[in-house]
Amino acid sequence: MQPQLMMSFSFNALRVGISFVMMCIFYMSAVDSLPELSPQKFFSTLQPGKATLAYFCQADSPSTSIFLEELNEADKPLQDYGISVAKVNCVTEETSRYCGSEKDLMKAYLFRGHILLREFPTDTLFDVDAIVAHVLFALLFNEVKYITTLEDLQNTENALKGKANIAFSYVRAIGTPEHRAVMEAAFVYGTTYQFVLTTEIALLESIGTEDIEYAHLYFFHCKPVLDLTQQCRRTLMEQSLTTLNIHRFMKTMEAPLLTEVAEDPQQVSTVHLQLGLPLVFIVSQQATYEADRTTAEWVAWRLLGKAGVLLLLRDSLEVDFPQNANVVFKRAEEGVPVEFLVLNNIDLIVSRVESNMHIEETHEDEDNDIEGPDMDIQDDEVAETVYRDRKRQLPLELTVELTEETFNETVTASDSIVLFYAGWQAVSMAFLQSYIDVAIKLKGTSTMLLTRVNCADWSHVCAKQNVTEFPVVKMYKEGENPVSYAGMLGTEDLLKFIQLNRISCPVNITSVQEAEEYLSGKLHKDLISYSSVSVLGLFSPTMTTAKEEFTEAGNYLKGYVITGIYSEEDVLTLSNKYAVTLPALLLARHKEGKIESISLANVHAQEIVQIITNASLETFPEITVENLPTYLRLQKPLLILFSDGSINPQHKKAILTLVKEKHLDSLTPCWLNLKNTPVGRGILQAYFDTLPPLPLLAVVNLHSGGQVFAFPSDQTITEQNLLLWLKKLEAGLESHIKILPAQEWKPPLPAYDFLSMMDAATSQHPARKVPECIKETDVQENDKEQPEDKLAIRNEPTGTLRTKHWNRSNWFEEAKKQFRHDNKEL
Amino acid sequence: MGLSAAALLWGLPGLLLTIALHPALSPCPAQASVPAHRDYCVLGAGPAGLQMAYFLQRAGRDYAVFERAPGPGSFFTRYPRHRKLISINKRYTGKANAEFNLRHDWNSLLSHDPRLLFRHYSNAYFPDAGDMVRYLGDFADRLGLHVLYNTTIAHVTLNKDQRAWNGHYFILTDQKGQAYQCSVLLVATGLSVPNQVDFPGSEYVDGYESVSVDPKDFVGQNVLILGRGNSAFETAENILGVTNFIHMLSRSRVRLSWATHYVGDLRAINNGLLDTYQLKSLDGLLESDLTDLAIVKDHEGKFHVTLKFFLEEGNRSADAVPLPQDDNDNFALRVAYDRVIRCLGWNFDFSIFSKSLRLSAGGELSKKYPLVKASYESKGSRGLFVLGTASHSVDYRESAGGFIHGFRYTVRAVHRLLEQRHHGVTWPSTQHPITQLASAIIRRVNEASGLYQMFSVLADVVLLKENATAFEYLEEFPMQMLAQLETITGRRARHGLFVINMEYGRNFSGPDKDVFFYDRSVGHTEDAWLSNFLHPVIYYYRHLPTEQEVRFRPAGWPLPRPTAIHHIVEDFLTDWTAPVGHILPLRRFLENCLDTDLRSFYAESCFLFALTRQKLPPFCQQGYLRTQGLVGTESLRQRGVESGLLWDYATVGRGDSGQQPGDHGPGQHPLAPGPPVSPFDSNKEEL
Repeated sequence: MQPQLMMSFSFNALRVGISFVMMCIFYMSAVDSLPELSPQKFFSTLQPGKATLAYFCQADSPSTSIFLEELNEADKPLQDYGISVAKVNCVTEETSRYCGSEKDLMKAYLFRGHILLREFPTDTLFDVDAIVAHVLFALLFNEVKYITTLEDLQNTENALKGKANIAFSYVRAIGTPEHRAVMEAAFVYGTTYQFVLTTEIALLESIGTEDIEYAHLYFFHCKPVLDLTQQCRRTLMEQSLTTLNIHRFMKTMEAPLLTEVAEDPQQVSTVHLQLGLPLVFIVSQQATYEADRTTAEWVAWRLLGKAGVLLLLRDSLEVDFPQNANVVFKRAEEGVPVEFLVLNNIDLIVSRVESNMHIEETHEDEDNDIEGPDMDIQDDEVAETVYRDRKRQLPLELTVELTEETFNETVTASDSIVLFYAGWQAVSMAFLQSYIDVAIKLKGTSTMLLTRVNCADWSHVCAKQNVTEFPVVKMYKEGENPVSYAGMLGTEDLLKFIQLNRISCPVNITSVQEAEEYLSGKLHKDLISYSSVSVLGLFSPTMTTAKEEFTEAGNYLKGYVITGIYSEEDVLTLSNKYAVTLPALLLARHKEGKIESISLANVHAQEIVQIITNASLETFPEITVENLPTYLRLQKPLLILFSDGSINPQHKKAILTLVKEKHLDSLTPCWLNLKNTPVGRGILQAYFDTLPPLPLLAVVNLHSGGQVFAFPSDQTITEQNLLLWLKKLEAGLESHIKILPAQEWKPPLPAYDFLSMMDAATSQHPARKVPECIKETDVQENDKEQPEDKLAIRNEPTGTLRTKHWNRSNWFEEAKKQFRHDNKEL
Repeated sequence: MGLSAAALLWGLPGLLLTIALHPALSPCPAQASVPAHRDYCVLGAGPAGLQMAYFLQRAGRDYAVFERAPGPGSFFTRYPRHRKLISINKRYTGKANAEFNLRHDWNSLLSHDPRLLFRHYSNAYFPDAGDMVRYLGDFADRLGLHVLYNTTIAHVTLNKDQRAWNGHYFILTDQKGQAYQCSVLLVATGLSVPNQVDFPGSEYVDGYESVSVDPKDFVGQNVLILGRGNSAFETAENILGVTNFIHMLSRSRVRLSWATHYVGDLRAINNGLLDTYQLKSLDGLLESDLTDLAIVKDHEGKFHVTLKFFLEEGNRSADAVPLPQDDNDNFALRVAYDRVIRCLGWNFDFSIFSKSLRLSAGGELSKKYPLVKASYESKGSRGLFVLGTASHSVDYRESAGGFIHGFRYTVRAVHRLLEQRHHGVTWPSTQHPITQLASAIIRRVNEASGLYQMFSVLADVVLLKENATAFEYLEEFPMQMLAQLETITGRRARHGLFVINMEYGRNFSGPDKDVFFYDRSVGHTEDAWLSNFLHPVIYYYRHLPTEQEVRFRPAGWPLPRPTAIHHIVEDFLTDWTAPVGHILPLRRFLENCLDTDLRSFYAESCFLFALTRQKLPPFCQQGYLRTQGLVGTESLRQRGVESGLLWDYATVGRGDSGQQPGDHGPGQHPLAPGPPVSPFDSNKEEL
């Protein structure tokens, strides 16, 4: 809000500056394009019934050029009302009574035909607004009634009851822009309504207006009033008095108060929408029609001039809309869907419209700056959830809190897991919950001590352990270097890491029988659920280098995969059995009950890690939130079978057959169980918009292009169909159903632009930006104007003595006032 | 015969030559023709000298400290005269964070040894100077610092030498004539010369350094004190209860530290006299230029204040000298004084430095300090650094560089500069993925002591890596040297940088400011830039500013105009960890500077993004994709669904999507990237 306000302000200041500059220029060279006529010529051109404003002057003296400039500008608007403007040069040979003597040469005359209507001293016509206002005022003498007392108003009102409506306006002075706007409206509507004008504040006060700072326009609904003792209903126009606003207001006064409709609100259009005003539909049913109509009329009166009110007859309506909605709100903006609301009293409806109007207005004010969402609303899901959950009591006592004093002692005394976190950091605190869940699950069963250090308190401890970001989990074991946990920050994965670390990998296997038990999973019965594979390295006792490499790899994988090593003399029994040459590794897949063998000749530790990691990937895994990253590393398009629940064995068989036949080598085949991974629904919606029937097969080309292809739902998932489809897909014969958006992740919302705010504050008073020549006049004006002046002027009856100086300096006051106002809000 | 004689004659000079050569070759110090060499020589074993010695020792550098007294901290053996230090020794803060606690421990030096914290040396909030002496002694001993005591360096000169690190050596000569050759000279001699103003009658004045501290000596006396600093008020405080009255006279009006936010100005602990002055209890404060002053002694031995130009009119006896009250019978200082005490502060001792060092006085503000750059290196000779109190010209009357709790950090900054310059050890830094940026800043502004004490002098710097995927974090860099950051730190700043500073509000501090005005504190994040109390300010630069830009920065700005700026709104508890009040606006600022999305996401969201978008937000890239996603718990999930930031996927597409929060389209994650907003980066013209 703040920056926008400031922006709009500085924009205004700039505009002020520009118009001043323009004036400066004009003062210096008055451009004169008015017809210049001699008196004789002038009078010969006058047409009967046509109004003409003529300015008689002696010679082109510089002192009159300012007025001429304004007059010149008023030429166009006056012509729009059929009034011509002329400048008459009083040459010496042709004397005319309008050519005054030297001292009162500054006069303009308004003629209708040859008849003189009025004469104006030029200082009354101080600018374009004043010229147009005065001329129209003189011409519309009958249409616009000027009054000064409440009695006048009451008389007019009484006279018109049952006959015509009244447009009553107050302006601070004659010749002001507001006066001009009223006169222009009177020119158009003067025959339809009686216009009444006053400059008396007292009059306005007497009809109960509180804020009399500004010009006002009331519409008196006198025509429907038949009982003379009854007052005319009044509607105040709330917008500022400009020609356009008055026009809009008059239009809405002409429109029917309440319309009944029985069609889709989305399709309904009335004059209100064209005028940029919203529509309010009061939903009615046959049973309650009478009451609804009364309510609607009430609302209509309240919203007169602000919105169109319609009674929507629901029973005959064929459009489906929410059962309980009683109000439909339709904005004037095109393409904005209608809103169905439940509003239980009239005030709510009115305030709804008014708040909406308010937004519209500020939009205009803010120079088309769209008010964005609130920057102070948390849009970080982790931060928000942690904050909302902050009052939950966690059983923190299940973990040991370490301090500077106890840290070293504790981690050296027993095998420990340490969580390094920061109490103020959301991600840390979210993970702390999972960590405590691990502690709950391990309670009383583990030899591993679960501890934690709050680095917000013990920053030196954390720094000493090389922890400079959070959260970090490290495992401290006697005689070993601390190991950082590199898995998912969640209960399951951390639990797995801790459990698998109970055994020291690689496990040293000492007999063939033990090796068989190891491979069958019997040896670590309680652990194999954490490791999908068990790896056994086979070495003859002399292969020291190969053994070292394998041991290093086993160490590296500790906590993620179970590894063992066998290098007894009878190792050949095993290598023969599994038909491998040494050195080699055996890989037991417990779930599938299979044992694979891989040769390890001349392979380094890092490569062994890679081999084991790849080998532990499944051929057709169930993809989950936790394991997706591992499969994404393969950088292949995913072939995903979405299934609501367990996978259909036939589908599984079909895909596995294709895998075996190596048809799917260029893909990562996997399936997704929506029961285990509900977020899969979100994925399907992104692909299809509506949830398609399941199971469903899709190929997602994540790494190049982002196309999504869907296996036709009318085909059954069989080897042949699938193979054919994949062939077509490869050949480019299938069209994708979707391309995943490649949008960059940009800042979700803007930040506060403090730099601009600071600039705005230091640029101080806008007057500085105003060109030099105006600054001087400003000073003069301020000197001249006494504080009481303003009041005195306001109380003057007709305001015909308004001078140009007063007007401009007052305008300047306004600008300053606005500045002060803005400033206060900072 | 002739031949042999010739041989003898020929042989003799050779022998003489050998004899003459011998003493020159032997390493006898008495001759002193080859000075002992040290890479680093530190002058003075006060707090700053010892602090520098500590860092040099830890880095394994060749150094020596020279101290004329028999032990460290000799200044504190005598001063302050009334023995009460005004640096706070806050032993309890309610926090365990040792770094944070240093913010409120103004006496400890930096070390790795937690026993060497001042709170183990005194229980007093304003400790006794004797405890400081004891502390400094322990500091030097425990850490085994190389200090040469009883070594008065009488003269320092410059010796040009191509091989020297800086093109010259500093030659130090002690009182015994022993010379030391130093590659780098670190001057930590403090301010040791009492400031004296010369005016007629100044010989009658007692100096702060020698005036009696026994109140009994002032019983029933009229006392005039010249000066209005802490030493003047400390002296007044001591005798306030026994004198008839005390008048204090100084050039300018008193500067209260709680109004100026400068710890060197008058501290509340010493300002008892302000109270009695304002309550009209006879004591008083006056302002006048001391150089116009004259003091005359009358026949009773009492002192009268008069003006210098009265004396110039003629040489008259003391009792005949015209006094101001002769013309102006309500002249304020018309009473006779029993004592006049001068407490006008201290100056740096320039006398031992040869002209060749071009160590000149006259920082812009005061002549009491030697002139140094913002890197604390002398403007006159490369390799000469001024440390400690004497280095205060850099931030005189602004920050804490003249005091232990400030210069312990600037000394560390100088040491880091030297490590890079002479040993190729780059400025220490940590490197992190960009997702840790907000956390790294939040951590520092909440605990860092150096930033807090040396506000607007030392600042943290974040150097962005290419594409802003990672950053390096450098602590406590002298911010006025920002343009020279690459040479000083040995780190590259090619892809933009952030500078994290702490600042008071503009126009908040000042001797005449009402710092208790209504509405002085700011609570709303959008008004953060109007914060008055010390608060973090973050500057973003797309390019490292040039020296010109730093020098000609806008008035009142500690740094050149940045591309964008962020203020973290001031906090009553100086705890800037509020998720929405502090962290969220900071994240938005960083995001808009870097033009990216720095939110954190649960693994499930990352999973969804991974399968429905071609690009992932940094948090998912740097965490989830590396199998380090944040899984979260069920209760957090529930909260997420409640807040509308997470979907309850179990109900998605089950026909009742009407209950979904907000009006997000189907499948559109509520947190997915929205319409692009214009970041700071793209509308630079407008900024």
